[in-house]
Amino acid sequence: MRIEADVNKCCGSGMCALTDPELFDQSEEDGTVLVLVSEPGPEHHAAAREAAALCPAGAITVHG
Amino acid sequence: MTGTITAALPTTRDNAFDPPAELGVLREERPLNRLQFPDGHVGWLVTNHELVREIMADRRFSSRSELHHSVITRADGKPVRRPAATPGMFIGMDAPDHTRYRKLLTGQFTVRRMNLLSARIEEIVQEHLKAMRANGTSGDLVQAFALPIPSLVICELLGVPYDERHGFQEDTATALRLETSADEAIAAFERIKDFIRDLVRRKRANPGDDMLSGLIASGEHLDDEEITGMGVLLLVAGHETTANMLGLGTLALLGNPDQLAALKADPSLVDNTVEELLRYLSIIQFGTTRTALEDVEIAGEVIKEGDTLSLSLAAANRDPQRFDHPDRLDVHRSANGHMSFGHGVHQCLGQQLARIEMRIAYSALFAEFPDLRLAVPADEVPLRTDMAIYGVHSLPVEWS
Repeated sequence: MRIEADVNKCCGSGMCALTDPELFDQSEEDGTVLVLVSEPGPEHHAAAREAAALCPAGAITVHG
Repeated sequence: MTGTITAALPTTRDNAFDPPAELGVLREERPLNRLQFPDGHVGWLVTNHELVREIMADRRFSSRSELHHSVITRADGKPVRRPAATPGMFIGMDAPDHTRYRKLLTGQFTVRRMNLLSARIEEIVQEHLKAMRANGTSGDLVQAFALPIPSLVICELLGVPYDERHGFQEDTATALRLETSADEAIAAFERIKDFIRDLVRRKRANPGDDMLSGLIASGEHLDDEEITGMGVLLLVAGHETTANMLGLGTLALLGNPDQLAALKADPSLVDNTVEELLRYLSIIQFGTTRTALEDVEIAGEVIKEGDTLSLSLAAANRDPQRFDHPDRLDVHRSANGHMSFGHGVHQCLGQQLARIEMRIAYSALFAEFPDLRLAVPADEVPLRTDMAIYGVHSLPVEWS
């Protein structure tokens, strides 16, 4: 699995960092998404998909 | 499609917790239906989860307040046509204006930043519980707990002196009350603005370690009107909403003793409980509004440019296609994907703060008063059916 995030779409809601803080954080500057682990292990796959689905701005894409 | 126009937004509730039943009927039969607005405009009422979510994520539907027809009438019956958003009131703007203002604040409301506030929020909550105990074995939970806690937290964040809170709390209540005439509501809102504008000037002279001072010092060269607008938005959005979630949420838990017992037995359920209460209660009871910037085809209908859509967050949150047994309060379910904070780029900026406040407040309340109960029959609790933000006007409770 590969996680991609588009900071230009991101509106800083924090839903990803709330859903899985091991995969996502937010920039101190403007709250936009930081992907901490772009190729997570299987134990994080469900959370990564959830974060992508919950993202209000459609900024997170999960491949594979 | 004559004969299928809903004559007015359904607002009559059968009980304290469920949205108007007519919204559920519409969701099943015509989730995207024509709606007559009080000013005569024929727009749309959207009632299922999928469409509400889709429309809020689609930038062809604008948040600009001057484009919206109002779904609500004020006491004087005058159709409210709102002017363009004033500087800093980014809730009523689209990109790029909305983006510019919001980006200045998102860094302040991250999950991490809000978690750092936990200790201070815990302290505030404990002070209020102590005061309740010191005052005897009964009281109004709204005045003693639900309203002051979020008010105090947002005041500290913004740098608003808490002892000056009475004016803005009263004016916020006035502005949000439907029985208030449009003119009175505008006047109340202007008083809140005057208060914040004066505060911004004081901060320019004497900056502190707070959000208003931070906006003044940001490299964006915001003028006083812009900072005032942003400050008013955060202040109003930051206290009435969470306050009503705490008041109505406590009533909902007391009214569902099995759910409350589950939470007490396993305090780690509090995160889930908060999400479920957000879903179940949908305190933004008349939903939110968007207006089409161009003709858009959706769900087999053509929304014309200029058509206003009323999006029922409450109906979306009770959609059985999205949530099993949606009318049941279930603290074990995953309520993720609820629409109570909205969706799209306008999704609630303060949602992570609201979550932390509610988690700490509910946990501490039931730990301190495990036998908390209503002091009046449930049907005598005054409900805020007359307010833009639903909840309880007061919640008489007792404990031992």
